[in-house]
Amino acid sequence: MNVNQQAHMASPYRQPQPALQGYSQPGYGEPPTQYAPYNGPNPGYQQGPAPAGYFPYSSLPSKALPATLASDLSSNSSSPLDLGPVRPSPNSGPPPMLTPQGYSQYTQGDVQNGPPTMSGQPHRPPVSQPYLPGSQPAYHQHYGAPHTGMQQMTNQMSGMHVSAPPPAVSGYAPSSHPQTSVSFSGVPSFSVSSQQNSPAASLTHGQPPSQPPFPGSPPLSQSPFPGVPPPGSQAQYSSTPPLPVSQPQYSSTPPLPVSQPQYASTPPLPVSQLQYSSAPPASSQAHYPGAQPPPASQAQFSGSSQTSPFHAPSSSFAPPAGAPRHPGVQPMQALPHSQYLSGPPRQPMQGPPLSQQNHVAPGPPQPGMAPGMQGPSAQPAPPGQGQGVHPHQNGAFGQMSGPQPGYGGSYPGPQNYGAQPPPPAAPPQKRLDPDSIPSPIQVIEDDQANRSSEPFTTGVRGQAPPLVTTNFQVKDQGNASPSYIRCTSYNFPCTSDMAKQSQVPLAAVIKPLATLPLDEVPPYIVDHGETGPIRCNRCKAYMCPFMQFIEGGRRFQCGFCSCVTEVPPHYFQHLDHTGKRVDCYDRPELSMGTCEFTATVDYCKNNKIPQPPAFIFLIDVSYNAVKSGLVDLICAELKTLLDYLPRESSEADSCIRVGFVTYNKVLHFYNVKSSLAQPQMMVVSDVADMFVPLLDGFLVNVNESRAVINSLLDQIPEMFADTRETETVFAPVIQAGLEALKAADCAGKLFIFHSSLPIAEAPGKLKNREDKKLVGTDKEKTLFQPQTSFFGNLAKECVAQGCCVDLFLFPNQYVDVATLGVVPSQTGGSVYKYTCFQVPSDGDRFLNDLRRDVQKQVGFDAVMRVRTSTGIRATDFFGAFYMSNTTDVELAGLDCDKAVTVEFRHDDKLSEESGALMQCAVLYTSCSGQRRLRVHNLSVNCCTQLADLYRNCDTDTLINFFAKYAYRSILNSPTKTVRDALINQSAQILSCYRKNCASPSSAGQLILPECMKLLPVYLNCVLKSDVLQPGADISLDDRAYLRQLVTSMDVAESHVFFYPRLLPLQKLDVEGDTLPTAVRDSEERLSKGGLYLLENGLHLFLWVGANVQQELLQSVFNTPSFGQIDPSMTNLPELDNPYSRRLRAIIENFRAQRPRYMKLMVVKQDDKLEPIFKHFLVEDKSTSGGASYVDFLCHMHKEIRQLLS
Amino acid sequence: MATYQEFIQQNEDRDGVRFSWNVWPSSRLEATRMVVPLSCLFTPMKERPDLPPVQYEPVLCSRPTCKAVLNPLCQVDYRAKLWACNFCFQRNPFPPAYAGISEGNQPAELMPQFSTIEYIVQRGPQTPLIFLYVVDICLEEEDLQALKESLQMSLSLLPPNALVGLITFGRMVQVHELSCEGISKSYVFRGTKDLSAKQIQEMLGLTKPAAPIQQGRPAQPQDHSFSSRFLQPVHKIDMNLTDLLSELQRDPWPVPQGKRPLRSTGIALSIAVGLLEGTLPNTGARVMLFTGGPPTQGPGMVVGDELKTPIRSWHDIEKDNAKHLKKATKYYEALASRSAVNGHCIDIYACALDQTGLLEMKCCSNLTGGHIVMGDSFNTSLFKQTFQRVFSKDYNGEFRMAFGGELEVKTSRELKISGAIGPCVSLNAKGPCVSETELGLGGTSQWKICGINQFTTLGMYFEVVNQHNAPVPQGSRGAIQFITQYQHSSTQKRIRVTTVARNWADAQSQIQHIEAAFDQEAAAVLMARLGVFRAESEEGPDVLRWLDRQLIRLCQKFGQFHKDDPNSFRLSESFSLYPQFMFHLRRSPFLQVFNNSPDESSYYRHHFVRQDLTQSLIMIQPILYSYSFYGPPEPVLLDSSSILPDRILLMDTFFQLVIYHGETIAQWRKAGYQEMTEYENFKQLLQAPLDDAQEILQTRFPMPRYVDTEHGGSQARFLLSKVNPSQTHNNLYAWGQETGAPILTDDVSLQVFMDHLKKLAVSSAS
Repeated sequence: MNVNQQAHMASPYRQPQPALQGYSQPGYGEPPTQYAPYNGPNPGYQQGPAPAGYFPYSSLPSKALPATLASDLSSNSSSPLDLGPVRPSPNSGPPPMLTPQGYSQYTQGDVQNGPPTMSGQPHRPPVSQPYLPGSQPAYHQHYGAPHTGMQQMTNQMSGMHVSAPPPAVSGYAPSSHPQTSVSFSGVPSFSVSSQQNSPAASLTHGQPPSQPPFPGSPPLSQSPFPGVPPPGSQAQYSSTPPLPVSQPQYSSTPPLPVSQPQYASTPPLPVSQLQYSSAPPASSQAHYPGAQPPPASQAQFSGSSQTSPFHAPSSSFAPPAGAPRHPGVQPMQALPHSQYLSGPPRQPMQGPPLSQQNHVAPGPPQPGMAPGMQGPSAQPAPPGQGQGVHPHQNGAFGQMSGPQPGYGGSYPGPQNYGAQPPPPAAPPQKRLDPDSIPSPIQVIEDDQANRSSEPFTTGVRGQAPPLVTTNFQVKDQGNASPSYIRCTSYNFPCTSDMAKQSQVPLAAVIKPLATLPLDEVPPYIVDHGETGPIRCNRCKAYMCPFMQFIEGGRRFQCGFCSCVTEVPPHYFQHLDHTGKRVDCYDRPELSMGTCEFTATVDYCKNNKIPQPPAFIFLIDVSYNAVKSGLVDLICAELKTLLDYLPRESSEADSCIRVGFVTYNKVLHFYNVKSSLAQPQMMVVSDVADMFVPLLDGFLVNVNESRAVINSLLDQIPEMFADTRETETVFAPVIQAGLEALKAADCAGKLFIFHSSLPIAEAPGKLKNREDKKLVGTDKEKTLFQPQTSFFGNLAKECVAQGCCVDLFLFPNQYVDVATLGVVPSQTGGSVYKYTCFQVPSDGDRFLNDLRRDVQKQVGFDAVMRVRTSTGIRATDFFGAFYMSNTTDVELAGLDCDKAVTVEFRHDDKLSEESGALMQCAVLYTSCSGQRRLRVHNLSVNCCTQLADLYRNCDTDTLINFFAKYAYRSILNSPTKTVRDALINQSAQILSCYRKNCASPSSAGQLILPECMKLLPVYLNCVLKSDVLQPGADISLDDRAYLRQLVTSMDVAESHVFFYPRLLPLQKLDVEGDTLPTAVRDSEERLSKGGLYLLENGLHLFLWVGANVQQELLQSVFNTPSFGQIDPSMTNLPELDNPYSRRLRAIIENFRAQRPRYMKLMVVKQDDKLEPIFKHFLVEDKSTSGGASYVDFLCHMHKEIRQLLS
Repeated sequence: MATYQEFIQQNEDRDGVRFSWNVWPSSRLEATRMVVPLSCLFTPMKERPDLPPVQYEPVLCSRPTCKAVLNPLCQVDYRAKLWACNFCFQRNPFPPAYAGISEGNQPAELMPQFSTIEYIVQRGPQTPLIFLYVVDICLEEEDLQALKESLQMSLSLLPPNALVGLITFGRMVQVHELSCEGISKSYVFRGTKDLSAKQIQEMLGLTKPAAPIQQGRPAQPQDHSFSSRFLQPVHKIDMNLTDLLSELQRDPWPVPQGKRPLRSTGIALSIAVGLLEGTLPNTGARVMLFTGGPPTQGPGMVVGDELKTPIRSWHDIEKDNAKHLKKATKYYEALASRSAVNGHCIDIYACALDQTGLLEMKCCSNLTGGHIVMGDSFNTSLFKQTFQRVFSKDYNGEFRMAFGGELEVKTSRELKISGAIGPCVSLNAKGPCVSETELGLGGTSQWKICGINQFTTLGMYFEVVNQHNAPVPQGSRGAIQFITQYQHSSTQKRIRVTTVARNWADAQSQIQHIEAAFDQEAAAVLMARLGVFRAESEEGPDVLRWLDRQLIRLCQKFGQFHKDDPNSFRLSESFSLYPQFMFHLRRSPFLQVFNNSPDESSYYRHHFVRQDLTQSLIMIQPILYSYSFYGPPEPVLLDSSSILPDRILLMDTFFQLVIYHGETIAQWRKAGYQEMTEYENFKQLLQAPLDDAQEILQTRFPMPRYVDTEHGGSQARFLLSKVNPSQTHNNLYAWGQETGAPILTDDVSLQVFMDHLKKLAVSSAS
């Protein structure tokens, strides 16, 4: 064990063994805390196990396991080759031994833990209840929960219902009851069960089914767990009865009963039943075979094992149905569940025992396995319990232990296991079976299924909206739509202590000018007359639904600062009997979460009504740009594009004026005054001291000067067709635009089309500093910092003038995006990058981006301020903007795609009654030059119980925050530090949950809050993103580009960016408009005979399997042969067949959803482009060293356990 | 023998030379006692319709330090085919081409009537003339329109192959590219930032790729292609340019209330100079600056843009209160020097009611031989006609302008060159004939005159260095040779050589000869130039004192009188007018700044130091003609006594042409008698001065301000300020009732002046 542990220490991920051990140990540790000795040295464990009477258990489980193993082996026999020996050993005798030990340990742990845990364990372990360990406890806890208090139960139940559980179906169902916790807990329980007895198994079984629950239900269960009851359950556990207890519960024990009913009532029930049934089927093994090999087996295993214990209950319930369903119904789910469950238990189980055993026997046998061995080897024993299960479980959680081996090369180990038992399970088992860990797809699908049908009404405070991936309609009833604001949690802790304890960032992602779906009404515009919007006297908050009218309507009390303000006479209105103003529903500002005020002249810069904004197009006409055809393309496009400038819906023509500049080493301004017969070109060579050479005629109304503009756009390409100038300037270009806007005294936007590193002699001249040697060093951060402070100052000036800069880059080599992007990113602009631009391949993408960028709704010269209830304060802001003080977010330009992430911190206490209110007011100049105030209001609940916090989290938003936080941190800290900090904080979040909210359970179990069960997978995606963990082929520019890009992403974008959407296309519903269910981003999910579409908001891939049917190829590519597909195509041929039409429609639909146009890349399997595509299969291990999901999960588990111990 | 008058006139007509003394005192000491230095007015490009240029190279003295040109004064040994340089006495063989020379077959340069001769030489590539318009666009709409029309008109006056360029300025400076089709293109510069010539060339894209310097010949053809974007042959782009000019807009930048428009004149000129400097050095080029106001920003700024701060006056300057003056002057001087080095001349056409900063900018024209024209508006005939006259042609249909002139002076041993005063810059050519005493621009024997026309006249000052104890041989003559190389408007390179000689005379024994050979007109002008030259750097009163002292000394030297008896004072005929010239000179705007703005003073001085003798004299002492029923028009005294009610007066001050109707005439005219057939003679009387004035207006450059006024009219001041105030409110009745009009002034009259002069001259105290 020690050895293993050390290994872990060395390399958490890769050394699966260590990890495993570590996990197991920590897990132990937790409970162990009591055990103290355990934690420290393996011996402890060993001792533990030994005494635990593992043997007995083991014997029991082993008995069970052996069978399973045998079966597995038999089934897998082929694959397990190497492992064979090992497995056999477990099967034969030793393994059981191991397992027993493991079990014993668990049991001991459990037992011991039980009591203590009862009291405190749950809290400590919070780490990963969901995972295995939790499972048993979870169940217990769940059960316990009910015990503890009906309320909790009900809460849980309700939560269950609400949450995914239902969708979880079989797995969930049960889980739902026990909910997530169940699943996880189940796992542990498995382990326990295995150790203890079949009963334990039964518990585990329960869990396995619950696996789905893990993801969804756990939280619920957990929350209840925290409650007193859990302890009770633990106690029960400790007594060993736990299993029974759990069983009873399952069966429909008193406490559970409630839940059960629920189950019954809700879909979950059936599921649960199924699971149960599955479990009961005991014949799980049999099932396995019958069911899908790997997963099924696991599930079955678990089930089987469980079944044994459950038998009674299960039998009562589902046994009948369950068994069949598992395999058939949700093999996947079932499997995962089982895996989860199994995983954890095993690990712990195995961990200790294995280690011992491993050292003894397995060690040698499993070279590769070695790591896995320990866990696995031990597991092998578990296999006895339910080999399948264990492996699975191991993989999932305990697996951590197991997985670790998997990491290092553990796979082999696990494989061995898996192989031996059930082939399917085997390989995956090593690590965890991917199917057994929380599946993003599952969560997304569940949410979509449950929450898209009903409109989301915002009237209720603290209501978490559906996931960003879900299509749902919003009805604004007093809180801003999630389209505008999303919070990391909709239940803020009341005190900063709680917030600190949980480590859950309190943040909101605000997208003030978001475009609403067509079926929703844009914000109403409210005019309060000459005096401007009604505001609180003290905090200046704007009139909103949170203002309480008192004294018959003569005054109102501010919801934010509680100050009482007189109602101006013209705004007076009587109150009705409920204290509401009579005209409440006639006034949007009183009834809607979002509304827009017209601002008076007091809100204007210099107290002057602003001029209509201007767009200035600055086009690089150096040799590169001309040669690539870019200049031609832009000029041709602008001719039509200028007809589509943004305008108020009430106006026929846009008020926006336009101006044109071309440049290379010098700048060329154009006078396109309508009275001229020909445009005039004015060259400014004095780039050191930029100025605008003309006033009149530079910014013109498109319609008035159309002829001149067209003539200009015709001539620009000709004029520079023979240019030999290769050098460009950049800063002077921005200065030019800025000066032009200054001269015209208006705000506006610059569209800069730039091709190369600005090396010409001028301010802001840059040098090539691309130095890949710095990557990974402490100096890496400098690569993200601008070369000079010049651009920062320039950005400041731009912001002061309301000059937003959008930068389109067309580099053939390094252009230093980190520096060039400073101004765009501080002025609310965007950077678009087209590396090695070629018209045929990138033209479409660029033009579409340009069109959208020009046409989209945009506000200028904006100032955003977030006001909050007393008690919290917006302290940190992330996004593309500039701040000159600590409260005002200044955006030279703010378009409908830009989101700002705001972090809140406590500066006082919040109260549960009043909740936490926030008001985001954005003062901006509309595209017609009107000054407007858009106000978004949002109220969230406040809680004194951590469980409430965890129950109302939004992982997607959390990830958005984490990503932005990390991406900003790398400017100042080494990348590794940032990554570690992220992992650490996440681990703290999860461990806090485990400690405080989840029912006590084995430390080996990974228990995740329902709302955060995807946190690990998403976090892993962030960690292995190109910015934080670059591969060798990623240029510094790309990293800087992505870094800045993510900074202004909203939740939906960041979600798909980090976890790309992967659609299988082979079974396309060509008639309907439903999309096929996405699959997880892993190579294993790809079928050689399939066609897959992957999008991440920036890229769009069509992956073509080598064995795709000819007809399919024919209908998509118009070619029968795989070899004839042209990988350079960027659009599919327009073929007149339903499939092609549908596919193209999907692609178009995808493109329409994203702010940036995605170029289609066709990737043929095993083609040279495939690595690029594989880069986006984020659940897999990446070539740059990024961990696979499974591996990372194990690592997280280890971290959590370390925190808990 | 002809009178000296005739001799002088003949010499002027033939050689364009007027000496103050036509017989030279033979010793240094005597020469200094003559008070008026030995000097001459030389008009290098004097029009000589009767002088056909010869098509070969001049023959030079072979002594490296001499290099005088063979001339009629040289002794020639026809047999030995040798000639002796009359300056250094070096004996030189004739070149082979002169093999056939003999007494009966002399080359032109040896014939006495060819004391002035012009050679056409074929040297170097010929570059077309360059005209670079630098146009202020901060003008009033009306002015701008008029200017645009004038410019467009001028295109038709230019030689077809001439290169033209256009720079406009206001708040910014735009250099217009003329070669482009379709889109009009210009380079824009900030008006506030001083740029080096190199930067300007870089920014205009004129830097040459570092090519090896071509040997021998300046690489003009190459340069040409570089500058071609900005300078194009007129015949190619006159349509383009006409359109471009017609599309010229007023400077669009808003001028807030109480501000002057921002004018970047300094930068515009700098860019113009830089543009030509970099690409076409040493070619004939005119930078023509048209400005309607003072430079208000950037280097060369004359006044801030706040209207509440008025532009500097003489008062401010005296009080040292003109804060931009020194800086601006220095800036323009530097520009002018650069331009002069490259042989480009700068014209300034300043039309505004207020001052435009000519004081600061004058050097641009003064040093480069460019014109300065000052008017009230571009929309006046004064400007239009004057501008048109810039492109006037001579009897051969050639432009009356030459470029890149280099004047070299050689003297015989008894003489040295002290300096020159005129529109030239020193080339710092030291040599044996350069005096250590400097008068005007001295210390050199060569000057550069970038722009020359037929009137351009330099005052040359010499020093007699022969010692008293080394008398020159009886009958020998001193000689001076002027060698002027220039680029003719036809782009030919030409050399004009003028060789003159005068007799030496011993001042002690032959003083009467010297006295008789005094040219008081030339002397007056030459002394006036010295005075003006001093006035540029000294306080006005000092100059006047100096002038007075010189006059008194002259009178003492050449007057005949009994000591301390003013009434006995007499001057010989050849000196009789001189004191009167001095009297008017003292009152002239060249030395008096009262009632003149600094710009006006600069303007007047500019023209004074470049016009020939006749014009200069008019400037010193305006001409007054009187028209009456009593006889034909007659010149009358420039005296208040000439202002009579029944006369019409026509006064020509060079800068103004004033027609003054006497009180009675004015009343008649007002009554409309001239319309009545029975008073046809009155109509004719009215018409006569107009016709005469028209004649003057037709020929003079710059066109004078034409003033038609009458008794009591406000503009009568032009006349009243010029006439000798013989009658003033102080002595109104002293001179009888019947004549003249009293002048309300405290200035002394000529009579008083003369009385004082006599008194001082005869005084034994001085």
